[in-house]
Amino acid sequence: MAELPELTPAEIRHYSRHLIMPEVGSAGQRRLKAARVLTIGAGGLGSPLGLYLAAAGVGTLGVVDFDVVDETNLHRQVLYGRSSVGRPKIQAAVERLRDVNPHIRIVPHEMRLDSSNALELFRDYDIIVDGTDNFPTRYLVNDACVLSGKPNVYGSIFRFEGQVSIFWGARGPCYRCLFPEPPPPGLVPSCAEGGVLGVLPGIIGTLQANEVIKLIVGVGDPLIGRLVLFDALKMRFRELKLKKDPACPICSENPTQRELIDYEQFCGVGPEPETVEMDSEMTVSDLKERLERGETLTVLDVRTEQEYEIARIPGAQLIPLHELQDRLGELDPAATIVAHCHHGGRSAQAVGFLRQMGFDRAVNLAGGIDAWSLVVDPRVPRY
Amino acid sequence: MSVTIQIPTPLRRFTGEQGEVEVDGATVGEALSDLTQRYPTLRRHLYTEEGALRSFVNVFLNDEDVRHLQAQGTPLAAGDTLLIIPSIAGGVGGHRWRNCPS
Repeated sequence: MAELPELTPAEIRHYSRHLIMPEVGSAGQRRLKAARVLTIGAGGLGSPLGLYLAAAGVGTLGVVDFDVVDETNLHRQVLYGRSSVGRPKIQAAVERLRDVNPHIRIVPHEMRLDSSNALELFRDYDIIVDGTDNFPTRYLVNDACVLSGKPNVYGSIFRFEGQVSIFWGARGPCYRCLFPEPPPPGLVPSCAEGGVLGVLPGIIGTLQANEVIKLIVGVGDPLIGRLVLFDALKMRFRELKLKKDPACPICSENPTQRELIDYEQFCGVGPEPETVEMDSEMTVSDLKERLERGETLTVLDVRTEQEYEIARIPGAQLIPLHELQDRLGELDPAATIVAHCHHGGRSAQAVGFLRQMGFDRAVNLAGGIDAWSLVVDPRVPRY
Repeated sequence: MSVTIQIPTPLRRFTGEQGEVEVDGATVGEALSDLTQRYPTLRRHLYTEEGALRSFVNVFLNDEDVRHLQAQGTPLAAGDTLLIIPSIAGGVGGHRWRNCPS
C-alpha cells in the first residue's frame, strides 16, 4: 500500500473521537484520508451517506447527481433545506458537505451516469456507493463495479423496508447473482404509487456509510455475501446469506457479458412509448371543455386511495390500477373513458389494458392530475 | 405442514395488506401454490404464464436462497419461514417510469 498521508493538527482535532478508538486510531484515520469514495445519487440515501462520509474524513468524496432540489425531497433528503429548493442538488450538496468538513476534497460530478461514462468515472475511486432510485442505474452501477473490480455498497428502500449489502464480484456475489433480471415495468409499484417513510433512507444510508468506513479502515465483518433486510414497522432486521451465482452473466468465472450494455433497454423502460398512441391521449384543457359542454364521459382515476384523498378531479371514479382487472365490470365498454393518474404513466398502462379488453374509447389524460392542477384548476393541490 | 410466508411490502396489496401468511405445504413449491390459491391475484406476480417462478422473484427458506437448495422442491419443516425478496429500486418508489418525473 502506498504511504498514508499524515494528519494535520486541525484534522487531529476534527477526528479526535475516532483517533482515540483503537479500532480506528491514527492509521485508520489516515486510511480514510487516503480513500476515494464515489456516491451515486445525492438524494434520500445520498444525504446521510454524504454527511457521514464527509464527517468521518473520507479524503476524496465524489458525488454524482443531475437533479434539482424539489419541495417533495425535503421530508427525507436532509442535505437540503428550504433555501436549496430549485437549486441543482450537486451545488447545494457540495456547499453543505464542505461546511461539514473542510479538510476533505469533495468532487462534484453533475452528470447522468450512463454506460458511456461509468467505467471512466469509477477509475478514480476505490469504493462505489449505490444511492440511486431506479433499476437501470442499479444494474449499471453493479456491472461497472464488477468490470472494474470495485466494491458496490448497496442500499435500497421502499416504503418501510430497506435492503443493504456489499456486492463485490471479486470477493463474493454481485447484485445480478441475487437479482438476475429486473421486474418488468408494471409488476412493481411506480414511483408515484410507492412513497417512503422519511427516516428510512436515513437508516439505510447510514448503514451503507458504516460499511464504507469499515471497508476503508479494515475493521469488522464487511457485509459481503449477506443481505440485511430492515422492516421499520416491525422494527426488525433480518440477515440472508447470498452466494455467488456460478452462471452469473457478469461476475462468474466465464462471464457472457464483458462490457456495459443498454440498461434502459435491459430494464424495459426505453424512451419510446410502447402502448399508447397519440390518438389515445386527451389534454387537460380538452377534458375541461368537454366536461363544460356536458359531454358524457367517465373520468377514471387509477391512482391509490391515499392519492385520491390528497387531490381529485371532481366526478372522477376511483379504481386503483392494480384493481382494474378485477373491477372491469364497473365500467361501460361503450363509454368514453378518460383515465388519469398523477403524471400519466399508470393511466397509460390502464388505457393500454382497457383497449386490449375492448374498451375502444379509452383515452389517457396527458400529464395526469398534476397537469389538471397546473392548467385547469389550481385549487387541486399538487403533490 | 404449516409454514409462514413473509410478504414484502410491494406485494401486500395482493394479500389484503397481510405481511405474514400461514400456509400448508411439504415443499417450497407447495407452500407457494397454497399462497397463490388463497390470493389468486398474487399469482401472476410470482409466476410466468407457463407456471415457472419469475426470475426476479427470490425465495429464501429461513436465510438461504432456495435456488441454492432444491429450488421449488426444497422440503419444508414445520415452523419454517419462507421469505419473498423483492427487487426494490429505492428512492421514492419501486420503479421510475419514463413519464413519471418524480
